[in-house]
Amino acid sequence: MSNKEKYNKAFMESFSIEETILGESLEYNTIPEWDSIGHMGLIAELEDAFEISMEMDDIIDFSSYKKGMELLAKYEIAFEA
Amino acid sequence: MSFFNQLEEHAQNVAVLTPCGQKITYEELLSRAEGLAQNIAERSLVFILCKNNIESLSAYVGVMRSGSVAFLLDENIDQSLLQSLCSRFCPQYIYAPKSSAAKEVQGKEIDACANYVLSKTDFAIDYTLHDDLALLLTTSGSTGSPKLVRQSHQNIDSNASAIAQYLGITRDERAITTMPMQYTYGLSIIHSHLLMGAAIVLNEASLMEKRFWERLKAEDVTSFGGVPYIFEMLKKLRFEKQDVPALKYMTQAGGKLDPELTTHFVELCASKGMKFYTMYGQSEATARMSFVPWQDAGDKIGSVGRAIPGGEFGLEDEAGQAITQSETVGELVYKGPNVTMGYAGSFHDLNKGDENMGVLHTGDLARRDADGFYYIVGRKKRFLKLFGNRVNLDEVEGLLSQQGWDCVCAGDDDAMRIYTTKAQDKEAISAYVADTMHINRQGFSCVTIDRIPRNDAGKILYAELEKRCG
Repeated sequence: MSNKEKYNKAFMESFSIEETILGESLEYNTIPEWDSIGHMGLIAELEDAFEISMEMDDIIDFSSYKKGMELLAKYEIAFEA
Repeated sequence: MSFFNQLEEHAQNVAVLTPCGQKITYEELLSRAEGLAQNIAERSLVFILCKNNIESLSAYVGVMRSGSVAFLLDENIDQSLLQSLCSRFCPQYIYAPKSSAAKEVQGKEIDACANYVLSKTDFAIDYTLHDDLALLLTTSGSTGSPKLVRQSHQNIDSNASAIAQYLGITRDERAITTMPMQYTYGLSIIHSHLLMGAAIVLNEASLMEKRFWERLKAEDVTSFGGVPYIFEMLKKLRFEKQDVPALKYMTQAGGKLDPELTTHFVELCASKGMKFYTMYGQSEATARMSFVPWQDAGDKIGSVGRAIPGGEFGLEDEAGQAITQSETVGELVYKGPNVTMGYAGSFHDLNKGDENMGVLHTGDLARRDADGFYYIVGRKKRFLKLFGNRVNLDEVEGLLSQQGWDCVCAGDDDAMRIYTTKAQDKEAISAYVADTMHINRQGFSCVTIDRIPRNDAGKILYAELEKRCG
C-alpha cells in the first residue's frame, strides 16, 4: 500500500466516510465525524498505520486533510504528487 | 434573591474574555443582558440555542435576571428535535442564531444582537410556570430526549456557592470553557465563577485545536474542567510537556475516569504544583453532589469523594433501608438544597412544584469506605455515558422505534451497541444516531443479530445479546 493509500484509509476508517469526501476541502469540523473525538481516533489510526508517535504541536496543528500530509513529512513520510 | 440579581457587586471586574480579545466587565455584561431582557414579557419561557459566546451568555444572564425561565439547548440542534421540543413546551420566545434550526419555528423577530435573533413565537397556549422554576436543562445532551430537569434559583445558587467554596474560587480566577454551556457541568463552572465575580474565558475550540492552547496560555487561564474523554485527549497530547504556569487546578466529572488515568493526572498535577479534583454529579442535582479534596486524591483513586458542603450522602438497600456499615453496596441517595424540583416532559409539567423535596435517588450503586469516601460500582438504571453525556438506552430504543426500527441497545460507557435483526437497516440506523442524535460514530456500533433474545415473559435478555451477533 502506498503512503497515500494508507493515509486515505486512516481517514475513511476513522470517520466511516467514502473516498470521494477526501480532498483539499476536507477540514476539521467540516463534517460531523471530524470533531475532537474523531480527531483523536484519526491520530491513533495514523500513528498505527505509519508506526510513528506524533508530537502535540503536530496533533493540534493537524487542521485539514492537506495540512496533515505536510505535517507527516516531518516524520519522513512522503506523499508522491 | 438569586445571585444573578446581585452581579452589580462585581461591576468593575472582568466577567468575560472573548476569542476576539475583548475584555467585558460585569457592568458591560449586565447592560447587554438588560438590552435583551427588556423585550421579554414577565414570567415567559425562553428557548436559548447556545454556543460558548457572549451573545448566548448575555442572553442567558438577561433571562435569569428578568425572572423568566430559560431552556438551554445546543445551537446545532437538529431541526426535527427542535420542532418536537417546541410543540411540547410552547415557548413564548426563542433566542437563536439567524441560520439555526429555529428559523423554521413560526414567530416574529423582535430584537437582534449580532447574528442572533430574539423571536416571539406564535404558540397561543396559555400555561402557568411555577413560581420557583428558573431553568430547564436536558438530561442527556443533544440526543433529543424530551425529558428535562426543572431547576430553581435556590438549586442554582446553593450549588454554585458550594462549588465556589470547596474549589476556593476567588474573583482572580479565570476559567476557560471546555464544555458547552447548556451541559450541566459546563454551566456549573460558569455559575460558580459569576457568583464570585471571577472571569470566564469563552472558548469554542476543542483541546485538539491549536487556538485552545494559544488562549489557555495567552489569557493566563487558572482552571478548566473535563469529562473523561477530555483527559484521554490530554494524555494523548502529552499534557505533561506543556508549560502552563498560570493553571492552578483541573476538575474531572461527567463519568468515571479510568483509575490509571486518574493516577496519571493526580501525579502529574502534583508534580506541576496543581490541584486535581475528581467530582460527581447529575443534572437532577443541578450539577454537583460530591468531590474528592485534592489533598486526598492520591489515596482515594476511583472514589467520587464526599458530599459537597450542604449536602449529604447515604446508601439504601433494595428494601429502601439505610445501610450504615462501610464497604456494603447500595443505591446512592443524595440530600441537599441542590436537588432539583423534578422532571418535565411537556408544558403541563411546568406548573408543578418541588416533587423531590431535597432527596435524590441517583440510580448509581455505590459503597462507602471506612473514611467516608464513596465509590460508584455500577448502575441501577439502564443508561450509559457517551463522551460525558448520559444516554438512556430505553429512550434510544424508543426514538429508533419511532423511526420504524426495532432495536435493542446495550453496551458500556463510550461504547454503545445497537442490535438489529435487519442487516439492511444498519447504515440507516447508524446515520440517524450520528446525524440526528449527534452521537459520534466512535461512541457506538450497530450490529446484526438473528433474533432478539427474550425470556418466557417477553423480557429482553440483555446478557444474551453478544452471543447472537452474526
